[in-house]
Amino acid sequence: MEKFVPLGNEALAQGALDAGMSGIYAYPGTPSTEIMEYVQRSKEAAARGIHRQWSANEKTALEAALGMSYAGKRAMVCMKHVGLNVAADPFMNAAITGANGGLIVTVADDPSMHSSQNEQDSRYYGRYAMVPILEPADQQEAYDLPKYAFELSEKHAIPVLVRLTTRLSHSRADIVRGEALPENALAIPANLRQFVLLPAVSRRNYAHLLEKQRDFEREAEQSFLTRYEDGPDKSLGIVACGIAYNYLMENYPDGCPHPVLKIGQYPVPTRLVAQLVEACESILVLEEGAPLVEEMLRGYPFDSGKVRGRLDGTLPRAGELNPNLVAKGLGRDVPEPGYTTPDILVGRPPQLCDGCPHGDTYRALNEALEAYSKGRVFSDIGCYTLGALPPYNAINSCVDMGASITMAKGATDAGLAPAVAVIGDSTFSHSGMTGLLDVVNANAPVKVVIVDNQTTAMTGGQDSPATGQIEQIAMGLGVPEEHVRVITPLPRQHEANVAVIREELGYEGVSVIIARRECIETAKRRRKSS
Amino acid sequence: MKYDIILAGVGGQGVLSIAAIIGMAAVDAGLRMKQSEVHGMSQRGGEVQSHLRIADRRIFSDLIPAGSADMLLSMEPLEALRYLPHLSPDGVIVAEQNPLVNIPNYPALEDVLVALRAYPQATLVDGQGIARALRATRSSNMVLLGAASAFLPLPAADFEAAISKIFGRKGGAVVAQNVEAFRQGRGLTTTAQAG
Repeated sequence: MEKFVPLGNEALAQGALDAGMSGIYAYPGTPSTEIMEYVQRSKEAAARGIHRQWSANEKTALEAALGMSYAGKRAMVCMKHVGLNVAADPFMNAAITGANGGLIVTVADDPSMHSSQNEQDSRYYGRYAMVPILEPADQQEAYDLPKYAFELSEKHAIPVLVRLTTRLSHSRADIVRGEALPENALAIPANLRQFVLLPAVSRRNYAHLLEKQRDFEREAEQSFLTRYEDGPDKSLGIVACGIAYNYLMENYPDGCPHPVLKIGQYPVPTRLVAQLVEACESILVLEEGAPLVEEMLRGYPFDSGKVRGRLDGTLPRAGELNPNLVAKGLGRDVPEPGYTTPDILVGRPPQLCDGCPHGDTYRALNEALEAYSKGRVFSDIGCYTLGALPPYNAINSCVDMGASITMAKGATDAGLAPAVAVIGDSTFSHSGMTGLLDVVNANAPVKVVIVDNQTTAMTGGQDSPATGQIEQIAMGLGVPEEHVRVITPLPRQHEANVAVIREELGYEGVSVIIARRECIETAKRRRKSS
Repeated sequence: MKYDIILAGVGGQGVLSIAAIIGMAAVDAGLRMKQSEVHGMSQRGGEVQSHLRIADRRIFSDLIPAGSADMLLSMEPLEALRYLPHLSPDGVIVAEQNPLVNIPNYPALEDVLVALRAYPQATLVDGQGIARALRATRSSNMVLLGAASAFLPLPAADFEAAISKIFGRKGGAVVAQNVEAFRQGRGLTTTAQAG
């Protein structure tokens, strides 16, 4: 068999294909993007006609996956951690409807915020919704996981949350593939009210969900992702969740002398935890992300001091783990690095590409805004967020998908007018349209600059859901046609662009200025392939 | 056997292509491998690194412990300096000597090169010059790979086979160019070692 050396994301994707998945739904977001991209490239997925188109956002993606589950087929939805905030409504309620066909909700967390605005830990969401959570430690587990997860989902009629973190998502390893399963046949739920969350149904379903918690915990205890590995030195017992297990074992290549509870499935298998706590003098909890298990073990206010981890400073409270941090946490001698960096070293932050259209837009916007006081440009999530850095210093906010438009509206409500919102075409279709409707209804003096590079650029150039439809969407939402302006962000258009932006800044209602030029990266790729 | 490599460069320089070739050569030779990559925001002209580990036994961590890498392979001289704390005291440095200046405060190049030459096992390579002479400017990373290959625990033929596989769909001429760039790079370090 051909050697298979996938990223963790690709291993999960191939595992889902081999587990009879009929559809995958996603909106791109680092570090989750490659799961969908792998399926889109897969010849096998094409031959089977698996649904594999990007969705407009994580909420629509999760709802569509739930619909496929309703119809009896196996579906997976993928997103980055903050995407689950967008999809939180269907996620929480899917725990109440339950699943019919197997339903996997895969969320890739980004501890240390390599490419994100926070490092929230999705396991809290799983706990909140009271659904099983699976957390693979390596690429082989990521591949093996979907078959198990779809079965678990169908056995208990419950969506299953799969939690990945950046290092597993974006690391390759050689793995072994297994047999492929056929897809499910179409089969609507036996109970046609299962998905009708009227209060009477919800209360019944919720009671059922509460009853199932004990089963979920037993499943976690017996899971192939969970393991109790005994060791002779009981002065310390170690709980290692997900990828933290690898960092632990890196420190003990010939076997860990301490008992280890490797946790790869939740709810936390409390019987195994009790076994470890009883056997050992103290407990060290290693988990990537937030101290979720550690908090549970500490049992405030009866904290005995027996448990160590991120909360007492044994490990850093924030950021991802690595072998050296774990070694320090274990109290092992960590050799100081032989070399240090010389003083002449300087940072090299990311920046807009040479010739990027966003640079031209920011130069024009900055010049048009010279007549106004500073601090009135709200922006959003995408490559253009780099406009916050020199030489542009052009934007004053970046919070969440779509927030540029609504924050600008709030600022104008407060009297900071005009205000500008800079948002990408893909982000606009993801979460900007409803905010624009609010602005239109208030006729607030918000100038929405849609930097339309006709792609989802930051994550590598995926299709943008509203390509070719931005003007119609803006006008359809009620922006007057004469205030929907299109400019071409090119150096030779600079004066004309400044003039258009100035004109609209002088208008007291809502304006949409579409700065349209294709991303130079996707343009390059298109030229190469044609 | 275990060999840990930190690959460094700037987004867009082909760090991941080199990693893919070494990784493929290792897996085809029956070794285990793990390779962590950087995707996302840093790829926009920022600092990019990859941790590549090959071994004849199970590899646990996707990240190389600080102070223990056997090699630091950098497409750019300043980026080589950035990852020095990852390098083992016995580790080797193979770095491109031509800078990629996309920041206003890039230090004086001579200072960067002097700092690199101060390390006992540092090889600076004019990968861009060699690639230009071969009329294959995009192959400078293959020159670097060639220079690094003399230190890696795999024979040259394995790397050339991996280059052929990875560039194969771009045609025989592209393969030949990249193999030649690899060989010239390898010549730099094999002669130096022999001498």
